[in-house]
Amino acid sequence: MIGGGLVGATLAIGLARASHKVRVLDGGDTDFRSSRGNFGLVWVQGKGAHSAPYAQWTGSASRAWPEFAAELLDATGVDVQLQQTGGIDYCLTESEFKSQADKMQRVQDQTDGMFEYQMLDNKEVRELMPQISKAVVGASYSPQDGHVNPLKLLKALHTQMQKLGCEYLPNQPVIDIEARNSGFKVITRDGEFYCEKLVLASGLTNTELARKVGMSVPLKPNQGQLLITERFEPFLKIPSIHIRQTDEGTLQIGDSSADIGYDDSTSLQVLAMIANRLLKIFPHLINVNVLRSWSALRVLTPDGLPVYEQSELWPNAYAVNCHSGVTLAAQHATVLSQWIAGESVDNYQGIINEFSADRFTDV
Amino acid sequence: MNFPQTDLPMFKTASDVEKIEIAVDGKSTMVPKNVSVAAALLLAEAIPFRYSKVDQSPRAPYCLMGVCAECLVTINDEPGQFACQTNVQPGMRINRS
Repeated sequence: MIGGGLVGATLAIGLARASHKVRVLDGGDTDFRSSRGNFGLVWVQGKGAHSAPYAQWTGSASRAWPEFAAELLDATGVDVQLQQTGGIDYCLTESEFKSQADKMQRVQDQTDGMFEYQMLDNKEVRELMPQISKAVVGASYSPQDGHVNPLKLLKALHTQMQKLGCEYLPNQPVIDIEARNSGFKVITRDGEFYCEKLVLASGLTNTELARKVGMSVPLKPNQGQLLITERFEPFLKIPSIHIRQTDEGTLQIGDSSADIGYDDSTSLQVLAMIANRLLKIFPHLINVNVLRSWSALRVLTPDGLPVYEQSELWPNAYAVNCHSGVTLAAQHATVLSQWIAGESVDNYQGIINEFSADRFTDV
Repeated sequence: MNFPQTDLPMFKTASDVEKIEIAVDGKSTMVPKNVSVAAALLLAEAIPFRYSKVDQSPRAPYCLMGVCAECLVTINDEPGQFACQTNVQPGMRINRS
């Protein structure tokens, strides 16, 4: 397993459960690590408006999350703070509201009605979140959304992965991979490692590594910046893509999106924009102290959907990439790992096939 | 290791330090010049600084370097100020919450 972030650690758990002996080669602390900078949403609404498989896959992951969180708690003692209390996406203009309503309808159509949502006007939103301002035109609400503490999730996954016997080697950036008929030789800065099966889960680095084993996985970084506040009195029962509140009272505020390459610096201009948008929704937060800010790079494919790729040239090599390593974790630990392990995944095989990287070269 | 028993306060200042007058929760208090609000309140034994808005537990300065945000107090009617990052000034009004 190349990569020990949310995706790699989750797959390592699933493969260890499928009786594989797993070694995880992780990158360094200063690498681009989306798993240490993300927002922690278990998010369904809006996903897959143009892709039925993605809408269905996301929905199934959301439904599988309670069991996954319970297993992690039982096995590791780490409570990842899963709360599936629903999610809200606030709209500040009529046109935002209209396009959001269209998007929600499309996701519902793609899932044959499995995706549940409501479009709420200001008064109805106020019944859920009394603190919102008059500037909120309305919102979409889905009872299937939620959030976790993403750092606790990463800790739980690493604990469980090692409990299941996976060997974890940090700070081993991969320099080269040689494929042979018998397997793979993976060369890192510190040594050489051999394996029969190779899974690439190294985020943005996957493009380069996949090429070495005959796969084409186009990816690009997308920067998001976040603000972290002092602990605030608990008021935000329902998370949104702009703000969530942790069990400890901290407010985590996002969400910016910038296509600016490998740049994970923060900028006052973007942070101010994030804060200003939030204050339009929740004016009562005007005096809350911001303690930290950071930026991280999302891992995006050209169409934003996951890549689950098996090499045609070297069929024991796989590449896995997705934007939503948190949301999809519950499916990655089970179904996707079983697919990589060569087990039957029944009804899900069709969905997994849809996420082959072939779709980028067939055009 | 055994620590000696003492009735002395945890903090004390040299007797020749210049003092200034501030108000802590409306009560006139003499504190050393040129110290942080956090140090002044600790010397005045004005502890806890605040109660957690999440679980109402008592809080006091922890890191004393502007990171933990446990020392927040109201200074001159401005809520949420970092006591450890602000120096005392004569006449300053500090309120705990």
